[in-house]
Amino acid sequence: MNICVFVKRVPDTESRIRIQHETWTIVEEGLNFVISPYDEYAVEEALRLKESKGGTVRVMSVGRDETVAILRKCLAMGADEVLLVKDGSPETYDGLRTARIIARAVERRLAGADLLLFGRQSVGADNSQVPAMVAELLGLPQASVVTKLEVEGASATALREIEGGMEKVVLSLPAVVTAQKGLNEPRYETLKGIMAAKKKEIPSVTLEELGFGPDELVSAVETIGLDVPAARQAGKIIKGDPAETARELVRLLRDEAKVL
Amino acid sequence: MIAAYLEIRDGKIKKSSLEALSEARRRAAELGVGTAAVLVGADVAGLAPAAFALGAGKAYVIENPVFADYSPQSYALALAAFVGEAKPAALFFAATAMGRDLAPRLAARLGAGLASDCTKVAVKDGTLEFTRPIYAGKAFLSLRLKTSPKLATLRPNVFPLGESGGGAGETVRLEIAVPEGSIKGRVAEVLKEESAEVDVTEADVIVSGGRGLKGPEAFALLRDMAAVFPRAAVGASRSAVDSGWIGHQHQVGQTGKTVSPELYVAVGISGAIQHLAGMSSSKFIVAVNKDPEAPIFKVADYGIVGDLFEVVPKLTEELKKALND
Repeated sequence: MNICVFVKRVPDTESRIRIQHETWTIVEEGLNFVISPYDEYAVEEALRLKESKGGTVRVMSVGRDETVAILRKCLAMGADEVLLVKDGSPETYDGLRTARIIARAVERRLAGADLLLFGRQSVGADNSQVPAMVAELLGLPQASVVTKLEVEGASATALREIEGGMEKVVLSLPAVVTAQKGLNEPRYETLKGIMAAKKKEIPSVTLEELGFGPDELVSAVETIGLDVPAARQAGKIIKGDPAETARELVRLLRDEAKVL
Repeated sequence: MIAAYLEIRDGKIKKSSLEALSEARRRAAELGVGTAAVLVGADVAGLAPAAFALGAGKAYVIENPVFADYSPQSYALALAAFVGEAKPAALFFAATAMGRDLAPRLAARLGAGLASDCTKVAVKDGTLEFTRPIYAGKAFLSLRLKTSPKLATLRPNVFPLGESGGGAGETVRLEIAVPEGSIKGRVAEVLKEESAEVDVTEADVIVSGGRGLKGPEAFALLRDMAAVFPRAAVGASRSAVDSGWIGHQHQVGQTGKTVSPELYVAVGISGAIQHLAGMSSSKFIVAVNKDPEAPIFKVADYGIVGDLFEVVPKLTEELKKALND
C-alpha cells in the first residue's frame, strides 16, 4: 500500500495562548511546538498498515523551515519518506488555501497514493476543513473522525464517530481518512530511529515549484480580530457537611443561577 | 437570502440545524434578505413545515433515492446544485459530525472559504462577521469571508432557537442527477450507542468526572446525576479517558470536545489547561473537588470542597427533589 500522511506543526496542548494584538497573531515565543496530536494517530495508523500489508509511508507537511522537526519525528517513528512544502506565510486559518497546496502537491509529488491520512483537525486552528477539501479537490471519497480502519484489497471500511453512535463507512480506494483519538496508540520513536532521522536530508519544494503564482493563494479568510476569552470569575465556595452543601448548591442553582 | 442546511437523522431534523436556521433568520432580517432551508434525502419534503414555522420563506427540497444514505460526496453535489440555483449570500450548517464532514467538501467544490464551528455571527457594514474558538477555546478568532457564498458551521447549543409560529412557505424542488459510480464512499450502517446517551456537544447539562473518581466504577454516580436531567451527558477529563475508565467520545477539552452547556458539573477534575479550554464557555460551572487549591475552582461559579463520594449522591438526591417539584 502506498500511504500518504499529512501533518501540521502546532503548539502543544499545554500551551497558554497569548495574543499579539497589533497583528492579531498568537505570540510564539515560549511555546513548545509539536506534531498535532491527531496527526500522530494518522502516522501510527499508516505505519501499522504498512507493517501488515507492505508498501510505503510518505509524510508531508506545509509550513516554515522549523516544520522539519516534526517530519524528522515521523521518520524516527518509521516513515519511509517525508516532504516539506515550504510556505512562509503566517497562519491564515483558511483551510481552502492549505487544501489547494496539498492537493497540488499530491498530484505533482506524491502520485499513486492509495490512502491519504490526516488528523481529524489540527490542534489550534481546529477547523476540520483541510482533509474533506483535499478529498473534494482530488475527487476522492472520505471518512472523517475515524476510530477504526480496515483495508481489504481496493476498499476500506471505517468507523466514524457521530453524535451518540458510529457510522460504518465503506470507501473505494484511493480515499481520504481522518484519525480520531482511539484509533490506535502512537508508538514512541526509537533511539536508533531518532539518530538515523537526524542525518537525513529533508526534501522540500516551494509553492512556486508546485506551480502557484504569487496571487494564486490569497486567503479567503480575513482576520478582523483575535482575543483571549474574558477570564471567568471564581464564584462561591459552599461549606458544610455533604447534605448541607448539596442542599445549598441546589438552592443556588435554582434561585440564583436559575438553571433548574 | 441566507440559507441553512437541515440535517436529518432518524427522520427528524436535528435541533442544532434548527438553531442554525434560527440564526440564519436573525441575520437575514438584519440584512433585509430572505431565509431559506435546504433539505436533502430520499423522502424529506414532509419536514419542510418545521422550517416554515421558524420563519423560512422557502424550503429547497432535494429528493433522490441516492440520498437515503449520507455521503459527503453526493450531498456536496446536491448542495452545490442548490447554491447554483438559489445563489444564497450565505449557507449555515450545524457544526455536527455531518456538518463538519460536509461543509468543507462543499466549500472546496465552490472555491469558497468556510468559517468552522462559529459561536457568534454578526452583521457589520452589511457584511457577515463570524467569531469562532481556536485552540479549543483558549482564543477567539473573528473573521470575514472574502468569497461567496459565505459558508459557516455553527456550534450546537450556542445559538438560541427562534420563536416558532411563522407562517407558510414555498417548497421548491430541485432535481439532481447523481451519475452512477461517481460516489465512491457510502454509509453502510449506523451503529447507535446502546445507552442512547446524549452527546456531550448536544447536552444541556454535562456531569464530568476526572482522576478524583479513582476508577471506572464511580462514573455510575455521575450517570445517576445526569439521569435527573432531560438532556444531560456524562463527560470526562483526559486523564480519566487515558486511564481507560470511559470512552474517549466523552472527553471534554483539547484533544476532546469543546462544549458549552447550560450547566457543567466537574467532579474530581483538577482543571488542567486543556480541560478548562474545552468547558470554560459553559454558562454555569459547578466544581466538586477535595483539593481547595484545584484550578477548577478559579472558573467555577459554585464550588464544593469535599469528598465526591459523599457529596455527589446527596447532590443527586437534592436535584431530584428540586426538579420533581
